[in-house]
Amino acid sequence: MIKLTINGKDHSVDAPQGMPLLWVIREQCELTGTKFGCGIAQCGACTVHMDGKPIRSCITPATSAEGKNITTIEGIAPDERTLHIVQQAWITEQTPQCGYCQSGQIMSAVALLNENPAPSDEEIEQAMSGNICRCGMYSRIKSAIKLASENLQSSSNPKT
Amino acid sequence: MKKWTRRAFISAGVLAGGTLVLGIAIRPGNRSSKVAGFIADEGETVMNIWLKISPDNTVTAIIPHAEMGQGVHTTLAMMLADEMDADWSTVRFLEAPAHKEYANFTFLKGFIVGNSELPKFLDESINGVFLTAVKSLNFQITGGSASVRFTGQQAMRIAGAAAKSMLLQAAAESWKVPVAELKAQNSRITHEATKKTATYAELAPAAAKIKKPTHPKLKSRNEFTIIGTSKPRFDIPEKVTGEAQFGIDVVLPEMKYATIRSSPVFGAKVKSVDTSIPSAISGILKIINLENAVAVIGDGYWQAKTTLDNLAIEFHTTENNTLSQDQIISGYRNAMTTDLADGNLDTHSKKGDVSAAFEEADSIIEVEYQLPFLAHATMEPINCTAWVHDGKCELWCGSQNPLGVRAEIADLLDFDPENVIVNNQLLGGGFGRRSESDVMKQAVLIAKEVDFPVKLIWSREEDTQHDVYREATLSRIKAGLDQAGNPIAYDHQFIFKHHPPEAADIPYDVPNQLIRYSSPPSYVPWGNWRSVDHSTHGFLTESFIDELAFAAKKDPLIFRKNLSKNNSRFQAVLDLAKEKSNWEKALPSNWGRGIAIAQSFGTIVAEVAEVEITVDGNVKVHRVVCAVDAGLVVHPNGFIAQMESGIIYGLSAAMTGEITIENGAVSQNNFHNYPVTRLNEAPVIETYIINSDNPPGGGGEPSTPVIAPAVTNAIFNATGKRIRQLPISKNDLKESIRQTT
Repeated sequence: MIKLTINGKDHSVDAPQGMPLLWVIREQCELTGTKFGCGIAQCGACTVHMDGKPIRSCITPATSAEGKNITTIEGIAPDERTLHIVQQAWITEQTPQCGYCQSGQIMSAVALLNENPAPSDEEIEQAMSGNICRCGMYSRIKSAIKLASENLQSSSNPKT
Repeated sequence: MKKWTRRAFISAGVLAGGTLVLGIAIRPGNRSSKVAGFIADEGETVMNIWLKISPDNTVTAIIPHAEMGQGVHTTLAMMLADEMDADWSTVRFLEAPAHKEYANFTFLKGFIVGNSELPKFLDESINGVFLTAVKSLNFQITGGSASVRFTGQQAMRIAGAAAKSMLLQAAAESWKVPVAELKAQNSRITHEATKKTATYAELAPAAAKIKKPTHPKLKSRNEFTIIGTSKPRFDIPEKVTGEAQFGIDVVLPEMKYATIRSSPVFGAKVKSVDTSIPSAISGILKIINLENAVAVIGDGYWQAKTTLDNLAIEFHTTENNTLSQDQIISGYRNAMTTDLADGNLDTHSKKGDVSAAFEEADSIIEVEYQLPFLAHATMEPINCTAWVHDGKCELWCGSQNPLGVRAEIADLLDFDPENVIVNNQLLGGGFGRRSESDVMKQAVLIAKEVDFPVKLIWSREEDTQHDVYREATLSRIKAGLDQAGNPIAYDHQFIFKHHPPEAADIPYDVPNQLIRYSSPPSYVPWGNWRSVDHSTHGFLTESFIDELAFAAKKDPLIFRKNLSKNNSRFQAVLDLAKEKSNWEKALPSNWGRGIAIAQSFGTIVAEVAEVEITVDGNVKVHRVVCAVDAGLVVHPNGFIAQMESGIIYGLSAAMTGEITIENGAVSQNNFHNYPVTRLNEAPVIETYIINSDNPPGGGGEPSTPVIAPAVTNAIFNATGKRIRQLPISKNDLKESIRQTT
């Protein structure tokens, strides 16, 4: 048994040695917003936060997450009725197509903006190049990050 | 229990549950519907009409297409709602179940009406699914960039207009006033003079008893209030919260997980495998030898995958075990040569007399192009959840053809199709890959061995190595130019013809043409890949026309215009591309600009790419201008997103996309060796839409075929090096750049 804290909630799970965090999150905790894409940290679909830092959960052993705060796409909204400013920007820009990669994209974007609330184009490109979108919605991901960044600066009066 | 019932099969109970079904599927030979609450009138026109009105005055459009990001649920509901004058804020949708009553007649009708015969692809399909499907009406495909063109135009709009007409008549009869004095707006009918007003829900019971009009009056373009606007898509909010449920996200009580490995060499059978449960890892339930693959069932995917990876599986050696990419390509080359010599080439089209025209030509240009196999690499790995119990088989999957899946699984299990229930989920990418039923069959064969539901997930490696691939092709094109540089003869030979049948046509006025093809034996499984044959012919035609423009010493854009004088739509798209790309504006050194244009799926797309070749010989695509005539565009923002998506999909293939065969197996296995375009490599894309008076063209595919030639033509413009073999990464541009600097 290992103990994990995911989105502020404690989970006791029976994860075999070496089992990646991704499968604990998806199968044992039934938080299916975090996606399996490649299994080798190439696509970013499995991105979650560990103590606020973006990690690829498909190659992170679940045991290494013990004692850390794990946040998934289900845990970033401030409350049940309010979306995160990044999620809201994603809706405004109508960013997703199939949407499968978007949890990972949003988790990478949130981590970027937490570190750097006003990233340059180059900084966005660097931070987001690990997340593949096969529907090719890169221009919308970029514009949504910029919108979220603007709204963060003036979060009392967000642009929609 | 989780959310799996949310998108569950629409049962009669749902339809009867306090809602009034107004729209009725009307089609010949369907005298009594098997779906309770649905009644079909006899002998009326072929159409599907799906809508219901609930007591709270919501209008629900039942959409017979899968959502894979193209926004079809929203766009088709818009088409229905506009004709109905429904209040958009209360319009909802349901995806139609995989049931015969919901077969896509309009899809077929669209082709039948348009071409007066069935398209070739309907009788030449993967595993015969299409043909079987058409014959038995097990046809519910989302593909061919067809949803708006056919289902939208010929079903949804008619369904909405028919419903409105019936509601108006019901109000007129009830209030004893002429229909002409009534106004329908925002899901309500009003009679100005008497101030009478009623909601659609109030009128629906009486309206439902009125004879359904088969040819209701449709709106003219200036009457649209919803069509042509960019309504927020229904599926987006759940896709930013993680709640969206894809096939891979289904959770069922007592469900277990499986993964599978097929022989790396296509079609080889398992020779030996130890199916006893290993002790190295807990939670392994069963190892199954499926003869052509081995599956492991466990408590979780990772346990199953780890066990499978450590399993000693021996496959039989076949004659293909030594096959290499070079052998495949030289086989294709030999077939072309032999078929030509023996007069065995099949003719795609013939016009004039090419032999005579070559005699008269002032100069002759002849080149060979080579294109690679391509995988789909959908973001969501291939998966299916199956549960075989009590004489029934239930499936949860993301499919572009759920009714085809139902038919194939019924065949496989020898079940009545009524006992096969396909619960279609959101698709994490389709691109043609999810029109296959391979994983569903595997999932069923696995689930049949146990008494609980099993979710079968393919690893990315299995997905990359057991896809159905875009065909590799060879092409030899020869043209003769007259003294003025006009092409007078065009002779094209290529490998393999699938569909659409017109893909190899050239859109240019060349008086003498001969277009022929060979169909050598193919070892690599073929499948529909976004834009299908247009993905090869877009490159071939548009690369070669660019070569001719250069030989004729003409501007490539003007050259194309001069050769398409009878096609005003083409000319307008070229003009728009020229203007928006600043075609004549000089670029920095080592930069180039290239154009390509094609018509596919009813839509004309021109793309102008601006590229830079770095000193290392790397290609950076900075900007793509996309000019498009898709006739009436129903949802402009969604359409633009489709253009962007098709461009990036085609760009990934053009830059680095290549599946190769060594020792009979696919060499690539994941995104590190089958790389795709990433955000830092993506160009700025500007899309400009001509909202022409033509009926809607397709959106999902037409921007894909032209991006590769736009980029390679731009590389030629920058360096003088002509790329005749894709992907671009196979070509060394360092030498070329040195020559120009």
